[in-house]
Amino acid sequence: MFDLERWQEIFETLSKNKLRTFLTGLSVASGIFILVILLGFSKGIENGVKSQFESDATNRIAIWTGVTTKEYKGLNPGRYIQLKNSSFDGVVNKYDDFLEYRTKDYPIWGANVTYKNETGNYRVRGTLPDNQFIENADIGSGRFINHSDVERSKKVAVIGNKLKTDLFKDEDPINKNLQVYGMNFKVIGVFFDPGGDREEGQVYIPVSTAQKIFNAGENIRNMAFTVKMADNFDEAVIQSNAISEGIEQHLKEMHVVAPDDVSAVRVYNTLEEAEQIYSLIATIRAVFWFVGIGTIIAGIVGVGNIMLIIVKERTKEIGIRKALGALPMSIVGMILQESVFVTMFAGLFGLIFGLGLLELAGPYIQNDFIKYPQVDFNIALTTVFLLVFAGALAGFVPAYRAAMIKPIDALRDE
Amino acid sequence: MIQIKDLHKSYHMGTNSLHVLKGINFNVKEGELVSIMGSSGSGKSTLLNILGMLDEADSGKYILDNVPIKNLNEKIAAKYRNDFLGFIFQSFNLINYKSALDNVSMPLYYKGVKRKERTEKAMHYLEKVGLAQWSHHLPSELSGGQKQRVAIARALASDPKVLLADEPTGALDTKTSYEVMELIQGINDEGKTILVVTHEDDIAHMTKRIVNLKDGLIIDDSPVQQVRASLHV
Ligand SMILES: Nc1ncnc2c1ncn2[C@@H]1O[C@H](COP(=O)(O)OP(=O)(O)O)[C@@H](O)[C@H]1O
Ligand SMILES: [Mg+2]
Repeated sequence: MFDLERWQEIFETLSKNKLRTFLTGLSVASGIFILVILLGFSKGIENGVKSQFESDATNRIAIWTGVTTKEYKGLNPGRYIQLKNSSFDGVVNKYDDFLEYRTKDYPIWGANVTYKNETGNYRVRGTLPDNQFIENADIGSGRFINHSDVERSKKVAVIGNKLKTDLFKDEDPINKNLQVYGMNFKVIGVFFDPGGDREEGQVYIPVSTAQKIFNAGENIRNMAFTVKMADNFDEAVIQSNAISEGIEQHLKEMHVVAPDDVSAVRVYNTLEEAEQIYSLIATIRAVFWFVGIGTIIAGIVGVGNIMLIIVKERTKEIGIRKALGALPMSIVGMILQESVFVTMFAGLFGLIFGLGLLELAGPYIQNDFIKYPQVDFNIALTTVFLLVFAGALAGFVPAYRAAMIKPIDALRDE
Repeated sequence: MIQIKDLHKSYHMGTNSLHVLKGINFNVKEGELVSIMGSSGSGKSTLLNILGMLDEADSGKYILDNVPIKNLNEKIAAKYRNDFLGFIFQSFNLINYKSALDNVSMPLYYKGVKRKERTEKAMHYLEKVGLAQWSHHLPSELSGGQKQRVAIARALASDPKVLLADEPTGALDTKTSYEVMELIQGINDEGKTILVVTHEDDIAHMTKRIVNLKDGLIIDDSPVQQVRASLHV
């Protein structure tokens, strides 16, 4: 394949037919360029839609326990299954790769909460930082609980907006102390929740703190997870069921519960709402695939056309070369090698240009529906090779035909 | 050098067929300078193209330098064209984007000669046709006579056994025609076998033998007293 003399001949031909080389290159480069931009924006729109609706599409798994109803391994029914820190750690260890957010909770219902002269009964819930995202709590001011709060069992509280209105009225609660059963907690944040008053009438405190002040030891009452988004809805369903079942089994084994005991360990997963979002994303993808494949086909047809014209234009030259002793295959080889070289070079040029533009302009294009336009480099590169290959194939047929006709017929061509 | 026997060739266009060569017999010995004459459409080019393996005969025998030419595959035909034959066309048939030098190098490239040697040889033949200073010009920058001389240099470059020229002076004025004929005579003087197709009497008389073609048959084949082109220049 690597024949220096031949490459010299090809470079000479290309450089002496600058316009033809340039136009061929330009059409290939611009085709790839447009495709890269198109793919980039489709990814950007997908990202935008995902981030807009991701919270709704969340596949949430919640785990509660109850009392056993069946005898198992010599243990009587009627046993309360107590979840522990270790139950949570076990699940997290096993499914870490699939989980997006994780929390374990220790809530107390109707706890007495006081600020100055105002007092009331509210749910006080020990939790982990991730719960902000699992519950879709929106921080209005201050911040949510963080890891250091949990590690040091700090007495800090994030209060719901209703509780804030009830107890603090118009006062700014941040850094003020409220009392839970008389113990001081510093308010570090206020949150809003799409769930409304019911959710906003809560106080979040670090789970470790809750376990301490309520003498719960290692106990937790429930845990919740969200599962990372899958590629499509079907996969999400399969994944979610597999994980739910896995968790249930794991916990039942750990706590010695009969596999068919439905009330002792209960795993709920919600996925219904997700279906619409998945189908929206699938539609967007399908549209862009359609447009993308259309662009590639147009590119292939375009390259094929160019090759046809080039061969037609060079028919007489082919006749001359044959009269001078060129082998048919050396003619075909010459035309293909030229075409592959030009389309490859131009294709890579268009690719780099497109990627460069996305890289430079991408960060500035951030609105609600387009985020991080980006291109899978491998897909783009594959497209270049596809075009090169198609160009070679489209060039091969006319080149072969031109190389096989009698030299005298080729020479007669004007 | 060339022996042909009972050569036939027809062209088919749809249902019509045109019988152009109706049984040609003739021989050419090494070192001859032969002209093929005849009115337009008499089949001169057809005959020359068959001799040059640019086209194929329907039937008949053709032996070139003791090699029977028949049922050639393209690979062997290409090799024979390269080794045995040099072409000179009425319309020059130079590659328009290549310089004079590169045009002359072309047959050597297909012979597999290395670049350096190719350039040297090509330059030698350009000198021979008196165009050394024009070696880097494109065909479009040359006059008709100069183009034909580049074509002659190219035909000579691979040192073929036979030169085939189809109306080499057809596109040239009288003075330039005689200059080209002078060159051809010079090459023949060095021993090269040359066939020239022409319909001009004065050109034919600058060869050593005239073959007259009419209606697809040779009606006359006789040696002539060669007129030296140099006397007219
Ligand atoms: N490729 C072809 N197809 C059909 N007819 C042809 C073809 N080439 C030549 N002819 C016909 O064959 C006859 C001889 O042509 P040609 O050999 O070119 O004559 P000359 O060179 O003597 O003028 C002419 O009548 C011409 O029209
Ligand atoms: Mg003719």
